[in-house]
Parts: sequence; C-alpha cells; structure tokens
Amino acid sequence: MATHTQVNLPLPVLPETWSGEKDFKAIGKLSAATQRSIEPVGPHFLAHARRARHKRTFSEDDRIQAQENVKKVEDDDSGEISEPEDPMMLSRDAKDWKSQDHYAVLGLSKYRYKATEEQIKRAHRKKVLRHHPDKKAAAGSTEDDSFFKCIQKATEILLDPVKRRQFDSVDEHADLEPPTKKQLKEGKYYKLWSNVFKSEGRFSRVQPVPKFGDEKSNKEDVDTFYNFFYNFDSWRSFEYQDEDVPDDNENRDQKRHMERKNNNARKKKKTEDSARLRRLVDDAMAGDERIKRFRQEANASKNKKRLDKEAAEKKALDDAKAAKEAEAKAAKEAEEKAKAEREQGKKAKEAAKAAVKKNRRVLKGSVKDANYFVSGVAPASVIDAVLNDVELVQGKIDADETAALAGKLNGLKIADEIKGVWSSEVKRLVSAGKIKDSDVKGLA
Amino acid sequence: MAAEGASANGTTPGERHAIGISFGNSNSSIAYTTNEDKAEVIANEDGDRQIPSILSYVDGEEYNGQQAKQQLIRNSKNTVAYFRDFLGQNFKSIDPTHCHASAHPKEHDGTIAFIIQDKEEGGPSVVTISEVATRQLKRLAQSASDFTGKQVNSAVITVPTNFSEKQKAALTKAANDAGLEVLQLISEPIASLLAYDARLEAKVADKIVVVADLGGTRSDVAVIASRGGMYTILATAHDYEYAGVQLDKVLQDHFAKEFIKWNTTDPRENARSLAKLKLEAEATKKALSIGTNANFSVESLAEGIDFASTINRLRYETIARKVFDGFNRLIEGVVKKAGLDVLEIDEVILSGGTSHTPKIASNMSAIFPPTTTILAPSTTPTAINPAELQARGAALQASLIQEYEKEDIEQSTHPAVTTVKHLTNAIGVMTITGDSDKGLFTPIIAAETAVPARRTIHIATPKEGGDVLIKIVEGGSHIKVSKPEPKTKTNGEKSKGEDGSDDSDEDDSDDGPEDVREKVWKVGNVLAEAAIKGVKKGGKIEVMINVAGDLAVTVTCREVGGKGGVRGNLAAP
Repeated sequence: MATHTQVNLPLPVLPETWSGEKDFKAIGKLSAATQRSIEPVGPHFLAHARRARHKRTFSEDDRIQAQENVKKVEDDDSGEISEPEDPMMLSRDAKDWKSQDHYAVLGLSKYRYKATEEQIKRAHRKKVLRHHPDKKAAAGSTEDDSFFKCIQKATEILLDPVKRRQFDSVDEHADLEPPTKKQLKEGKYYKLWSNVFKSEGRFSRVQPVPKFGDEKSNKEDVDTFYNFFYNFDSWRSFEYQDEDVPDDNENRDQKRHMERKNNNARKKKKTEDSARLRRLVDDAMAGDERIKRFRQEANASKNKKRLDKEAAEKKALDDAKAAKEAEAKAAKEAEEKAKAEREQGKKAKEAAKAAVKKNRRVLKGSVKDANYFVSGVAPASVIDAVLNDVELVQGKIDADETAALAGKLNGLKIADEIKGVWSSEVKRLVSAGKIKDSDVKGLA
Repeated sequence: MAAEGASANGTTPGERHAIGISFGNSNSSIAYTTNEDKAEVIANEDGDRQIPSILSYVDGEEYNGQQAKQQLIRNSKNTVAYFRDFLGQNFKSIDPTHCHASAHPKEHDGTIAFIIQDKEEGGPSVVTISEVATRQLKRLAQSASDFTGKQVNSAVITVPTNFSEKQKAALTKAANDAGLEVLQLISEPIASLLAYDARLEAKVADKIVVVADLGGTRSDVAVIASRGGMYTILATAHDYEYAGVQLDKVLQDHFAKEFIKWNTTDPRENARSLAKLKLEAEATKKALSIGTNANFSVESLAEGIDFASTINRLRYETIARKVFDGFNRLIEGVVKKAGLDVLEIDEVILSGGTSHTPKIASNMSAIFPPTTTILAPSTTPTAINPAELQARGAALQASLIQEYEKEDIEQSTHPAVTTVKHLTNAIGVMTITGDSDKGLFTPIIAAETAVPARRTIHIATPKEGGDVLIKIVEGGSHIKVSKPEPKTKTNGEKSKGEDGSDDSDEDDSDDGPEDVREKVWKVGNVLAEAAIKGVKKGGKIEVMINVAGDLAVTVTCREVGGKGGVRGNLAAP
C-alpha cells in the first residue's frame, strides 16, 4: 500500500538488558484463525485473486505489476521515431504532396492504416521537435522549411478522417502483391494469401474481416471467407488520384466539366479495383487445396451413396442369377433323372419285349417240338393252324402270362405234355372269356 | 436476437458492453461507467432513475416502471409487481402479501406464475415468474442500450445476501433469456460499500461498516469488515416487517382517518381508493424526506370526493415512530450478532430508497458514537443517493471484470480463492503514551483481516532518538464501561441551567449520569521483539508486518530513510 499509517506515540526505549540474535527475538505465534469468506468484489479482491491464483507474495506481485506497467509505457513509446529518415525524403518539396508517403514522413511506415490518432499526434510532435525551421536556423543551416511543410501536410491529411481514408485508399505501400506461382510452389500458400487478404480486408466496411485460415480450417469458415470476399463492401475511393482539382477561379462550366471527368475516372478505377479483387479471390480459390479437399470429401460422400447403390444392385442381380442357376440345375437334374428313368423303362420294356419274343419263340418252339401235335411230318395246313392258334393265344395273354406259359413249356419235349399245357392254357383263357373255344381248335 | 445467442455462449471480453443492475422488489436501477471510470445511474425513457419493478399490460401493450405503477389503480389484475423475491422459489415458500393489490401469484407446474391478459386477443395467459423477470430485465437492458447507444449484452446484478443458489440460478437464467450475460452476481451491501469506496476521495482503510439496505418491502442489514479494500461479511439480518411500505401504511392510515372525519366512507375498503391512497402516501413520504411539509391530495379518493391535506415532518415522525424503532432494533441486533459493539463500527451506510428519510439517519447518529460516520443524505452532504448505491457498485464491478474471460471470473470467484483465514486478534506494536511508562497497544493489522495480509506503519521514536524496542503483540478490543467522574463545578452549573430549561425532557432527569463506554485494547500474546539501535533524533521507525496464508508472520523493522533494518520470521502455528 502506498500510504502508511502514521503513529505519533513514541516507541519505548530499549532496555539495556535486552539482547537478541540479530536484534530479533521470536516469542509467540499467532492464535488460530477463523475461516471466513471474502466477497469477490472490488479492485483489491481482484489483486488478492491474482496473488492467490498465481501463488505470488505481496512483494512478487508488486514487482510483476510494476514491470507490466513499465512495459506498457515502453511499448507505447517505442517504434514511431526509431525509423531512419530517408535523405531523399528530407529533401522533398511540399508542393508535390500528392506523391508523398505521409506515413513515412511521420515515421509511421510500419503502422500505416493501423496507426492510431494518438500515435499520429505523438509522431507529429516528435518530428516537429526535430525539424522545426527555427531549430535549423539556430543550428546554422539554411532556412529550409520544405520538410517541415511536408510534415504539416502529412499530419493535416492523417488527422482528418475523410482525407486519411482517401489517402489510405491509394496507399500502395500498404498493398501486398499477390504471391507468384513460384512463391506458392515453396509451400507457404496459406501464409502468403492470408497476408494478402489481411491487407485487402482493411478496405472493408464490415469489420472484423473473416480470416483466410490455414489448411486445418473447416468448410464453414472457408465458405464464410470466400463469401465475404466475393461480396466485398469496400470503402475504397479514388478522389486522391484526381488529375485536376477544380479551382475556385475557374468558371462554373469548367468546374462542372472537371468534376464530371473526375467522377468518371473514380468510377472507372473503382470498377477496376473491384474486378482486381475478384480476380484475386478467384486466383486464391483456384489454388486452394481446401476447396479441392472439401469437393473430394463431398464427392466421396456422394460416391459412397452411388457405390452402395450399385453394390446393392449387383448383389440383387447375382442373387437372381444364382437362384436361376440353381433352378436350372434342379430342372436339369430332374430331366436327367427322368431321362434315366425313361431309358431304364425302355430297357426294361425291351428286355420284356425280348423276353416276350423269347417266350414266344419258346411257345412256337414248343408246338414245333410237339410236331404240331401230329405224328409224322406235319402238313403245312396243320402247322399254319397251330401257329395261328399259338399266335392268337399269344395275342391274348400278356407278357407275364407268356413268361409263365413259356416257363411251363420250357424243357418239355414230349408232345402230350406240351399239348396238355397248351390245352390247359386255352381252357383258362376260354374260361376267362378271352378267346372262344372254337377259335383255337388246334391247341385244344 | 443476436444478443441472445451471444449470451448463451458467453461473450468475449472485446465485444462486451456491461452495465450494473440493481434488481429490487420495488424498484430497479441501472448504471454504467463513464470513460473516467465513474459510475452513473441511467434514467429510463420516462426520466426515472428508480424504475419501479412493475410490468403492466393494456391491450397487449407492455408498460414498465412509473407508467406501470399508475396502472395499479385501474388495471391491477394485469399488473405484476413485487415479484423479484419469488424467483427460484416454490409456491409454498413465498409471501404474496405485497401482491394483494396487483396480479396474484399462482402455483403452476411447480413454479410460480401470474395469470394476466398480456395479449390483445385471446384469453389471459400464464406467465411464469422467470418470464416476468426476463421481461423486466429486457426493459432495463433496452433502456440502458438506448441511453449508451450500444447494445448492452452483459451485466453485474446485485442480489440480497440471503439469496439461495437456486434463486441465483433462476435469476441468471432469466437474465440470459433477456440477452444478458451475467458476469457476476454480487451482494447488495457489498455493492453499496464498493460505490462509496470507489470515490476518488475515499481512502483504503481498515474499517467495520454497517450497511443498512432499507427497501420498499424488505430491510437487509449487514456488518462488513472492510480490510484494505477486501470485504468480509460478519453478520447479516433480514426483516420483512419494517420497510418502506410500512411507512406508507402509517401515512395511509393517518389520511384515511382524516378522510373519515369529514366523510362517512373509509377509502381503505375500496380497492381502487386504497390503491390511490397508497400511491399518494408514497409520494407524500418522499416529499417529507426533502421538505418539512408535504401535501397529500387525491382527486376522487372515494365516492367521487376529492381529498387534500397536509402533514409536517414532526407529525410524520411521531406517527411512524414504531416503524423507526423497528429499524433501530434491527440494526442494533445485527451489530450484536456480529459480536461487536456500536463503538467498534466505523461507518454506517444507509442504502435503499427508504434511507432518504431523515429520521432514520438521525436515529443512527443517536445509536452510534459520534466517531462513526453515518453516510446518509441528511447527515452527510457528500453522501451518494442511497437508492443508487447498489446499481453504481454493480456498474463499477462490471467495469472491473468485463475485460476478463468468463473462465477467469469463475476461477477467481471460486470458494478456493474466496475462503481464507481471518485473523481473530489484531496485531500491533507497543508504544508509550507521552509521560507514563505504561505500554499502549497500537494496532497495525486489525482483527478479521483476511490473510495473506501486509500492513506498514510509521511510528515515532523518543525525542532524543537512540535505541528503541519494538514489541509485536496480539491485541483484543473490549468495551470498558465506567461511571463518569463527578462533574466539575462549572459543568454542574451549566447542566443545571439546561435542566431548568428542559424540564419536560424525561431522559435526562430520570437516568442520571450515563455510563461512559469506551473501546480499549487488551494486550494479548507477545509475538516478537526487535531492536533498532542508534535512531536519529526525530527519526521514525517503519514496521511492516506480513502475514502469510498459513499464518506465518514476517516482521520487517527499519528506520525510515535508514539502511538495513531488522527482519524476522514467526513460523506458522
């Protein structure tokens, strides 16, 4: 604390018997404290909180605060005048103030449009102190006040907000050239363009200006940035570059003519400037890896959908095909099976046929063996009659019966036995009503 | 609304535009800090610096402040008043007495709501207490924005010391809904104290302050130890019986009786007449705080009869004596509750609208010793308007913290930072009075000082200089009561003369000589001794005591302007 309480009552005199190491004797300790809550309000509490949070003691905190305060002053003071003065600039003529760099004249060239009014005032004062014509005269040099006039003109312009804007509009020293392809190849794409747009952003009526960002910026920020610069609302104007300034002495028509001319020139320049900015943004956007990445990401997500769909379609197709194949296979198998069955059936049939044929041959052979149931050489008519009958019987009985009959007849050589078999067969057939008794006389 | 979005996320320090809000039951006020770091209270569009916390709805249009107050007569059903204390409470725990003459609070979904016709069409709607508070805060923020020309998006709001966490949360939510980021909620008495301490002429000192916040519907008193600009509340008391409305009531009754004398009807029986009576009584009360006479006139008070009367301040003070005594008891009680004596109070700050009343301030002067400063408009000409104190304090706090990140503020107000040890005894040094050899305790660090603490004093040495002893001791204060010594002859004669002229004064004649009470220091533990040798003639000794957070003590003594000095440590207990 800055102030100390003053106590006018005197301290006691040191008793002669008193002694202590290094003149100090610790005797007691503080009695226990109570825990209470202090109200978090007021500047002194803020100081307390600062000490508590940074674990500083009073003296440390005092020192750090003092240092911070000192630093602030230094920051404010430094810079402005430390710029070396270009001898060419010192010999400038105040008459062609239009081409003069006002910031450089005041030694503020590193601040430029960022210089505050306070800085300008201070810089002006410092420059005046150094370059006042009276001082030069006192130092013995010629009475040359041209640079002093330059200083006055620069201050006049920079301290007038309207004139300062006009000058800032055409202050090409503050402009940053867009990076060349060669520079960009070296890799610092974001840093280079970021600086360019920072410098362009100073013309924006809308502040703050979105940042260019870096490779990690998200899509939203990048979109905001480009939208902002494509819809740039600029206060830049070109009055400062007017070729002719109307003079009060000229006549009205002349003045109007000049004004019109100036206005047209300004408009043209403004349009050119807008076009330039647009090209700049186009260039930046063309090389912007982030945009490409976002597009790829967007495409990737779109493609993903498409691929998914295609995959699904393909799968459906495959499934259908597989199903069809399975079906075809099943059909084929069934067909083959059927065919096999058919063939088997055919074979059986043929076998049966062959058996029937064989049996028939047995039947016919039996009657031949029995010599057609006649003794001696059988006359043709008998043979015919017997064979007809045999055929008739054969026609009436089916394969099984034929086989049974053949079985009975097989091996029989004696005519009577054969005859007996036949006649019993005929009888059976007659009784079954299949043939008439009269039809098979030869076998009865 | 853009501001709403911002408040939800917490605004960044750069885009903050903060004000201080004192949101009271009866009145609210708003304040901002000028470029010179001076707090100024903002007048709303009606020119009021005390904006009644009342909302009224007529044909779907919202009225606030004084305009809404006028609606209490004609449109009481759609007028919401005295609602601040309902925030964050449940229906069971609220006192709806003051809302009798306006919209009545109702229970709704576990919270409190008012059923009012706030739209032009359709039936009446249910408006919750939170919504009502939001609307009120929105109006306040709008008035502040209109005045300062910038959209206000953050605020420091004052709350009574007995506001629960739930109530604080409800208030914060209501403010957020109104598009305000709440930077901090600070106690009302601390805000008042801060408003005084931030004045340029104020010095940082160790003092005990009583802040009496006498409002419309409630009175809150706090005893605060102010130690090097850090505030610790030692005791608080809250009273809902003695407040501004009780003073209005006294005047209402007085004038109602007078009206009955001439007319047969009682204006208190008709709701509209009562409302008129109430409004005019309040105006009369305010007039009596400024002048010694006040008019009371109401057109068509009851049954179309106009009424006009006057009252002087003495009469008012007599009829309102009961209420004034209530204030006295409340304040004396809280001093006792803090374990202190009135002699130990260095300052009394009267805040709140009712504090304008001169009688309250003069009562305080009677209770407290002459050494105590009574900061009220009638006793101290330089006093700040008591009704504006809280809003100013809040605005000052807002300007102090608005550059900090939200996180920083939260960390700094964390209990780990705010809860600290406080010394139970004062630490001082023994000095000698003029000629006697007896030691006298001279405090360096007062009791109830939050540690870590550092204090420095300069002490005189014996005239001839030489070697001196510095004895660091603990000291406690106590009140010594003694009978006054018999009066000297001249004094006796003088008092006789006085008695003769003031025979009717009962106090003097009955009580006899009063006890003399004084505050004396009792020397406690000896902490350390140090010696400074060879002090120059007329030299001074600087003693710096630094108490660390763990109660370890560092003592540094040196001659002012001299080199070296003695330094010693005491270990933490």
